[in-house]
Amino acid sequence: MSHFSAFSLLKHAFFGNKGWTEQWPDSQPKAEYDVIIVGAGGHGLGAAYYLAKEHGITNVAVIDKGWLGGGNTGRNTTIIRSNYLYDESARLYDHSVDLWENLSQELNYNVMYSRRGVLMLAHNVHDVQSFKRHIHSNRLNGVDNRWLTPQECKDYCPPLSISPKARYPVMGGALQERAGTARHDAVAWGYARGAAMRGVDILQNCPVTAIRRHPDGSVAGVETAKGFIRAKKVAVSAAGHTSVVMQTADVRLPLESYPLQALVSEPIKPVFPCVVMSNAVHAYISQSDKGELVIGSGTDQYTSYSQRGGLPLIEHTVAAITEVFPIFNRMRMLRKWGGIVDVTPDRSAIISKTPVPGLYVNCGWGTGGFKATPGAAHTFAWTVAKDEPHPINAPFTMERFRTGRLIDEAAAAAVAH
Amino acid sequence: MLLIHCPYCDETLPEAEFAYAGQAHVLRPQDPSAQTDEQWEEFLFIRENPKGPHFERWRHQHGCGRFFNAVRDTVSDKFLTTYRAGAPRPDLASLTESLT
Repeated sequence: MSHFSAFSLLKHAFFGNKGWTEQWPDSQPKAEYDVIIVGAGGHGLGAAYYLAKEHGITNVAVIDKGWLGGGNTGRNTTIIRSNYLYDESARLYDHSVDLWENLSQELNYNVMYSRRGVLMLAHNVHDVQSFKRHIHSNRLNGVDNRWLTPQECKDYCPPLSISPKARYPVMGGALQERAGTARHDAVAWGYARGAAMRGVDILQNCPVTAIRRHPDGSVAGVETAKGFIRAKKVAVSAAGHTSVVMQTADVRLPLESYPLQALVSEPIKPVFPCVVMSNAVHAYISQSDKGELVIGSGTDQYTSYSQRGGLPLIEHTVAAITEVFPIFNRMRMLRKWGGIVDVTPDRSAIISKTPVPGLYVNCGWGTGGFKATPGAAHTFAWTVAKDEPHPINAPFTMERFRTGRLIDEAAAAAVAH
Repeated sequence: MLLIHCPYCDETLPEAEFAYAGQAHVLRPQDPSAQTDEQWEEFLFIRENPKGPHFERWRHQHGCGRFFNAVRDTVSDKFLTTYRAGAPRPDLASLTESLT
């Protein structure tokens, strides 16, 4: 596989860009692997990459029912930040941001990580108090986050309305300047290319129908549309379908799957310099490099596996956007879509061993898994390779719902993340 | 938008009138102090989360205000039936015939 550089771009341009080759082969399954990863999103492909690169485990397959990066990896609004309240979360998400910063160089693939800053708006006294608490907690954990007055918010994001006549006027904001966005499908492609380069097989359009176990209870392999494949270890990273896959191994998880929607506007010239989130009115917005406004909506109130979601949520979201940014009230929306997210009761993820020997799970990312892609993949690979958690993901077990050691970002969240 | 039949009002109304209230038929323990940690985990946190017919509770929040149960297919979001709280769990086999 070719190495990307300014020189290689020039060379290929000189020959009319006709010499580019595919970046990873379309693999066929082998009879047995050391590790099978179920789910070829950013988390699964990233775990395969780190297994190969950092732990020397290259006899690995990543299996997906669709095409790689076609699930939630390609459906999110690409927001990256780490300003979480609790110590455990701050460490995990800040580990991710550390990896994001150098990911393009690491993968030799441009994931277009843009440190454009994430501004979270406060619209009431509770928001102000809660965000300031977050800022103090973040600073104690070495996580960048600071308070802006309404005028400073306006200076940072000119399209913002700070009119005191608004229904919910802006009372300030918390700004994480190190936060930003990345190109989501490039993340999947970059990890896929890096993993395939080291010998990992990527099997697409091959649904895993069941996890099989030996009589002693340990993992034996997976049943797929292309037949049974033996595996010493199976690592599930299947987002909204994790419950369905894990149930076949008799492992029940504290997960519920909801549709989460997003939408984009028609493309316009650059107008929006950062990411703005508002929990109180429920609006998330940034502008992609293509010019579309990327708008995050909420989860439907009911569990579902239909990748659609209801229109009332879109109406609510767009109402909030036009309240905070009246400048956009004549914009037309281009398309909307949904992804199925797996939500835990405390809104923190699970990166964990399971009661089944040789079976591991990375799930429960709810509405905020994209930002954690590198950190989750990195610590998940460690957990699978060493059969014990990395210190960063050690608190994110599935046993915490029995012991009561929750990481309760559900109660702490400055936003629905 | 979902259209939901309230078994008390006997009317089929838009989703905006209703609030989802989670999995149905989750029984509160009769003797809480005798529960083990595993039983508490099961009661508080573990849910079926099926891909297919799901027994769930709804509340007619902006109508009669009452809770009722429903069976909904989580793939198509189609309601198979709704029934009053306290009524026995309907037989799934007879309901799923209408799915196809």
